[in-house]
Amino acid sequence: MHSRFLFLVLLLLMPLAYADQAVIKKDDPVLEKRVMDLSAHLRCLVCQNQTIADSNAELAVDLKNQVREKLQQGQSEQEILDYMVKRYGEFVLFSPLVKSTTWLLWFGPLLLLIVGMGVLFVILRQRRKMMRQAPTLNADEHARAASLLSGKEGKGHS
Amino acid sequence: MNRFLLPLGAFIVLVIFLWIGLTLNPREVPSPLINKIAPTFRLPQLHDAAKTIGPEDLRGKVWLLNVWASWCVTCRQEHPLLVELGRQKLVPIYGLNYKDNRDDGLALLRNSGDPYTLSAYDREGNVGIDWGVYGVPETFVIDKSGLIRHKFIGALTPELIQNKLIPLVKELNGA
Repeated sequence: MHSRFLFLVLLLLMPLAYADQAVIKKDDPVLEKRVMDLSAHLRCLVCQNQTIADSNAELAVDLKNQVREKLQQGQSEQEILDYMVKRYGEFVLFSPLVKSTTWLLWFGPLLLLIVGMGVLFVILRQRRKMMRQAPTLNADEHARAASLLSGKEGKGHS
Repeated sequence: MNRFLLPLGAFIVLVIFLWIGLTLNPREVPSPLINKIAPTFRLPQLHDAAKTIGPEDLRGKVWLLNVWASWCVTCRQEHPLLVELGRQKLVPIYGLNYKDNRDDGLALLRNSGDPYTLSAYDREGNVGIDWGVYGVPETFVIDKSGLIRHKFIGALTPELIQNKLIPLVKELNGA
């Protein structure tokens, strides 16, 4: 009986153990929206293909708290992004900056599309030219083609 | 024959790119803090909450800042190497006990040896964020003028210590 009571007490205390972990503090929905909007631009470095808005990793929660704190202090979105870049590098930005080293990344797909269209255009034009230059048949050949098509002649057929 | 050359060429280029991609480690994000002044802090010491420590106290020395925690398994693997390095007295190692429980941290040092000249106690992990820490353990090399010269992400290995860390410390001390 005594141990069962103890078990119950421990069970009730369990949430307190979690209280030690990084907790998400939220009370103001407007602020929370700004925090989430900004967090969607920041990469979680532990789980690299997620933003810190999507991630529940401990570091992501910490960074969200940091973002919230700084917004509360009245810092602008840009100031906070700059702060993060200064500490974690540009990789922390979820969409890479457009600059000379990332041009290929940003415009590469467009470039591939243009090249692909060009190749397609050239091939189609060549094909059309070939069609136009296709040798015309004389009367004999026409007759033979007709008989082949009707199936009366031809060694391959059985 | 010719019509196969172009796709084959494109395929080979692709394979080369993917091959290079496989050798890269996406976990290692180069720190923008390299060759910058180490972010300042003032934190209570792990062993004595009444005393504080900050990078300013260490100006004029080459020192290491090792970010660790008792809950971090990789740190425990790295720990004996740090103890060994501490014994060699080549460079003072300072600890940043990161988001840890004070008693757990102290217990680890008692049981496995304490390689740190001093450990700072960063309960909230704010200093960690300031230093761009995203995975413990991390080890920073700071030079005499207070610049961060190198950052090791993840556990140190005997090879890293021999081939990279010690030569760098010697170079910085010589300069």
